[in-house]
Amino acid sequence: MIKAKNINLSFSGKKVLDDVSVTFEPGKTNLIIGRSGSGKTVLLKSIVGLHNVESGEIWFEDILFNNLDFSGKTEIRKKMGMLFQGSALFDSMTTEQNVRFPLDMFTSMSLDEKTERVNFCLNRVNITNSNKLFPAELSGGMKKRVAIARAIALNPKYLFCDEPNSGLDPLTAILIDELIKEITEEYQMTTVVNTHDMNSVMEIGEKIVFINEGIICWEGSKNEILNSDCKILNDFVFANSLAKQLKKSHE
Amino acid sequence: MIRFLNQFGKYFLLLGKVFSKPEKTIIYYKQTMSEMVYLGFNSVGIITIISFFMGAVITLQTAYNTENPIYPTYLIGLGCRDSIILEFSSTITALILAGKVGSNIASEIGTMRITEQIDALEMMGINSATYLILPKIIATLIFNPLLTLISIIVGIVGGGIAGTLSGVITLEDFIYGIQYAFIPYYITYSMIKTLFFAFIITTVSAFQGYFVTGGSLEVGRASTRAVVYSSVLILLFNVILTQLLLS
Repeated sequence: MIKAKNINLSFSGKKVLDDVSVTFEPGKTNLIIGRSGSGKTVLLKSIVGLHNVESGEIWFEDILFNNLDFSGKTEIRKKMGMLFQGSALFDSMTTEQNVRFPLDMFTSMSLDEKTERVNFCLNRVNITNSNKLFPAELSGGMKKRVAIARAIALNPKYLFCDEPNSGLDPLTAILIDELIKEITEEYQMTTVVNTHDMNSVMEIGEKIVFINEGIICWEGSKNEILNSDCKILNDFVFANSLAKQLKKSHE
Repeated sequence: MIRFLNQFGKYFLLLGKVFSKPEKTIIYYKQTMSEMVYLGFNSVGIITIISFFMGAVITLQTAYNTENPIYPTYLIGLGCRDSIILEFSSTITALILAGKVGSNIASEIGTMRITEQIDALEMMGINSATYLILPKIIATLIFNPLLTLISIIVGIVGGGIAGTLSGVITLEDFIYGIQYAFIPYYITYSMIKTLFFAFIITTVSAFQGYFVTGGSLEVGRASTRAVVYSSVLILLFNVILTQLLLS
């Protein structure tokens, strides 16, 4: 279980996280939704320690993560995998080297074992015959899948995904969503996904957290969204005409 | 002033982070080797060309400015040798490398920052500063003295060729001149300066790249700042080291 308690963070005097408390449930796909600039990415990056919070606590199971030193955080981070918005694959490395990198750094596996693990991870995300390609030679969807393969290389307990569907066509976005859901169930991971894509919410959201201007405004399941009386949430979720029709038909 | 002190503090904090224990030595060894090729070996060509013409011009200018029957012509060779060893090969080479290697380091690390590759390293539990910067520092500290040596040799050869082809000095006089009253400490002095300059180029450029925020425009600006600040610091330390080492 991942728990954030009363976390606060400001940038240049502007409050971006305002007393945020949230719990992400184990073995589930937890979604953080909200408008652009609402604080989703900052919240995600604060939880994984890429931003240092000004006050509050971040717990991974029974370990207070934000109080740990670098080596303490490293031990927890070995159990984390993260998919960044722009994939963040290392430009100078091939697909294979990107996925092998965490294995090189943190395991004492032989080269054969590492190659086997790399191929397993790449096959798991349906990437074949691309081991020797560089990130610049991959499509957007392939980059995301390679980034997922890299994130799961060390069998993580926690998976964080920042806007996994951004810049992808609807079909590829669904494939990525399905992949994240399958992997979460397969490895019993605690997955936290940042998104503003309502398709993702309906496809993979098990627990949903809505954030607006750095404040958690609503928490619930995807079924509860349809019945919510939170105006800001409704304005966001039912912004387009298709969603409005869905709401109407549901009512 | 406060901004300057802030940057100064951040620079030393980054250095503290850079010189922490690497996670896996073998990875850093491989990384250092590839940086030696990328930052050092790939600079041999430009250093050779520039040093050759630099030596040629120094010889011709010394010859034309000391045209006097009282002065023996072998002094042209001596002047060429000392100018190259004491000043040109270490400082000019460093300034060239500040442009080539410095901008390269700043833009590489800056691009990694804005594309979240540095965040990805941190997320894996890797000290990104050590992983990205330490191999570059070690590589330039090892390779730049070699580049300076190459520059000295090629510069003197260039001077000899230009001097004899233009007829301002005979080859025998030039060779006599470059051997005359040679002080080996000058080479040590040149190497010490090179080591300081290599450290300045790598760390200042890496610092500029590491803290980039924004987009490609900021990476370009960081790259320019890396070259300008490295060059100014090289010139400043040139004065300080000359005073300390030769007084």
